[in-house]
Amino acid sequence: MRRALSYLALLGYLVFLAFPLIWLLSTALKTPQEMASLDPAWLPRRPTLANFADAFAEQDLVGSALRSLVVATASAVITVVLALPAAYALARHRGAVNRIAIGWVLVSQVFPVILIIIPLFMVLRRFDLVNTLPGLTFVHVTFTLPFALWMLQGYVRAVPRELEEAAAVDGAAKATSIVKIVAPLLAPGVVATLLFAFISSWNEFLFALVVLKDPDIATLPLTLVKFTGAEGVVRLGPLAAASLLATIPSLVFFAAIQRRLKSGLMAGAVKG
Amino acid sequence: MRRRTALAAAATAVAALIAGCGGGGGDGGAAPGEPVTLKFLSLAWQKESISANKQLVDEWNTANPDIQVEYVQGSWDNVNDQLVTSFEAGDPPDVIHDDSPALAGFASRGYLLDLSGRLPAELKNDIPQAAWDTVTFDDGRGGTGVYGVPFLQESQVVIANKKLLDAAKVRIPTPADPWTWDEFAEISKKLTKDGTYGVAWPMKSPVNKVLNLALNFGGTFFSNEGGKTTVKVGPQEREVLQRIHDQLYRDKTADPSALGMGTADPLPGFYAGKYALLPAGVYLRQQVVEQAPDGFEWITLPPLKGTTSEQGATSQTLSVPADGRHPDEAVKFISFFLNGPNQAKLARGDWLLPTSRAAAGDPSMTTEENGWDVATASAGNLVVAPYLKVNGFDEWKSKVATPTLQEYFADKISLDDAARRLVEEGDKVLERYAR
Repeated sequence: MRRALSYLALLGYLVFLAFPLIWLLSTALKTPQEMASLDPAWLPRRPTLANFADAFAEQDLVGSALRSLVVATASAVITVVLALPAAYALARHRGAVNRIAIGWVLVSQVFPVILIIIPLFMVLRRFDLVNTLPGLTFVHVTFTLPFALWMLQGYVRAVPRELEEAAAVDGAAKATSIVKIVAPLLAPGVVATLLFAFISSWNEFLFALVVLKDPDIATLPLTLVKFTGAEGVVRLGPLAAASLLATIPSLVFFAAIQRRLKSGLMAGAVKG
Repeated sequence: MRRRTALAAAATAVAALIAGCGGGGGDGGAAPGEPVTLKFLSLAWQKESISANKQLVDEWNTANPDIQVEYVQGSWDNVNDQLVTSFEAGDPPDVIHDDSPALAGFASRGYLLDLSGRLPAELKNDIPQAAWDTVTFDDGRGGTGVYGVPFLQESQVVIANKKLLDAAKVRIPTPADPWTWDEFAEISKKLTKDGTYGVAWPMKSPVNKVLNLALNFGGTFFSNEGGKTTVKVGPQEREVLQRIHDQLYRDKTADPSALGMGTADPLPGFYAGKYALLPAGVYLRQQVVEQAPDGFEWITLPPLKGTTSEQGATSQTLSVPADGRHPDEAVKFISFFLNGPNQAKLARGDWLLPTSRAAAGDPSMTTEENGWDVATASAGNLVVAPYLKVNGFDEWKSKVATPTLQEYFADKISLDDAARRLVEEGDKVLERYAR
């Protein structure tokens, strides 16, 4: 009985999570008449691909998606590369300075992005990075780095210090124990952080709007907004079709690396 | 709205910073003999409209190898934030599509080129003065200038369910003999039966709609004495407010559930026969044509008449940046792009009204099909919206007028309370801008 209830709750949660995606798919396949019906149906009565055709014909979706992919991948990798050693140092070396550093990282998260964008823009101007994809990547890294650092240092802390001490007792150098003991155990954390950084960058709109002035190098969120018109009127069909396509790379990326998100690697590593 | 305000704040702050850092400047233009390339930022977003814009740009590029135009699509949602950063960074598009309310601020900050004296007489004479008034603003140095060419305008018409009108045997109005507001109220009563409301008033963003319609009774909402602008809500301004409120709560001929809707949101209910009449901008006809179920019969009715049929109007515009690299070429392109026949194509694409007299006479603008004849005739009622020249209007609108009117239409406050708030809180806002 308890198991049945668990599955029921899980099913409810799945439906809750999947609903927007299913509705997006359904909308993307509907005709304008059906979208304007007072009795919306789950399944399109007369499915059409016209919305996809319009979306592709009118906007450079492929180019925008490629640019988003480049920026998001670069942002995710750079973020993790920068955050990982810092997270290790923060987690392993306890002291007043580290506690202040962690606190400061947390505080940085409560700043409104509107405030962050100004100094970032000054820096970008200085280095001629305004209106460039490297500039946007730089901004996205800056934006995601604090939280990535916070996430990763939690994962590092979860790796028992005793494992490194045991390796040291067995004669392993510090570098060896980090590479061979700690790094494999941190893999799920690294994957989760990569995912977080990738999706944050992929979906990001405000920084892209300010940094990328030239619509020719627009990322996907900036292109999607072109299906909206004045006074809140939107072209729902092409927008749904394009938005659906925009979710696919995130899903593929997630599917490709989610197997690494397994837990329990450290179960029984240290006897209590 | 909060996001837009935040974006605007960010863009302005960034702009200030860029200004502080020194503008970037352009490349000085093309070398002699080399073709010039103009960047044209267009805000067309409807399928037909994008297609019409691109077709005209292609035509121009074929005929003018020395002045090539690059079509760049922007978005109404964020164009002004994008433009502020572009202006301050010294790299604005050469031809800018926007609307007249945005031009006022840009003009006073010196971002836009004064086009008076630069436009060909043919274009100047083809557009009526009422439309030029929507792009004539203070230059921030005590003078005035013309900061864009107005080309598309919107009037408020009534889109109606033809079968319900026929069944109720009501008089079908014409541009020469429109419904008065009194007649509209009576007919709405006749149409309210069997689960159908006579009318739907979507009032998610009520301010511009109410202010534009208020001119039917001479209501301007702003007065200017001795150079000081204040808010006024007298008997003339109260007419339209009271009449809509009466339909909602006294006559019960307007569906209260439509109040929170955006402009296009009542359409599904309209197709389903929940409402017989839908006061809306002329562009909404495009959605009806695209979405209406097979066999649905609809008709465009002319603007309502109070003491007059006048409505406030703003315009979509094409402008040239003050520090653009190729102002003469940009003006030449605009003169081609907005000539009579081309304005007719653009108006058809956006389902709006051309400012060009020649375009208004185009057969496609006067056909009965899809209510074009009625829509085009309604352009004659348009006068410059009084709020267009009011410094601080945007803040008054978002912080004072929108919440006040929403509460009034939701019957949470009386008309006297609404009027008092509009004036007292509004004057405080306007006073700050007058300093």
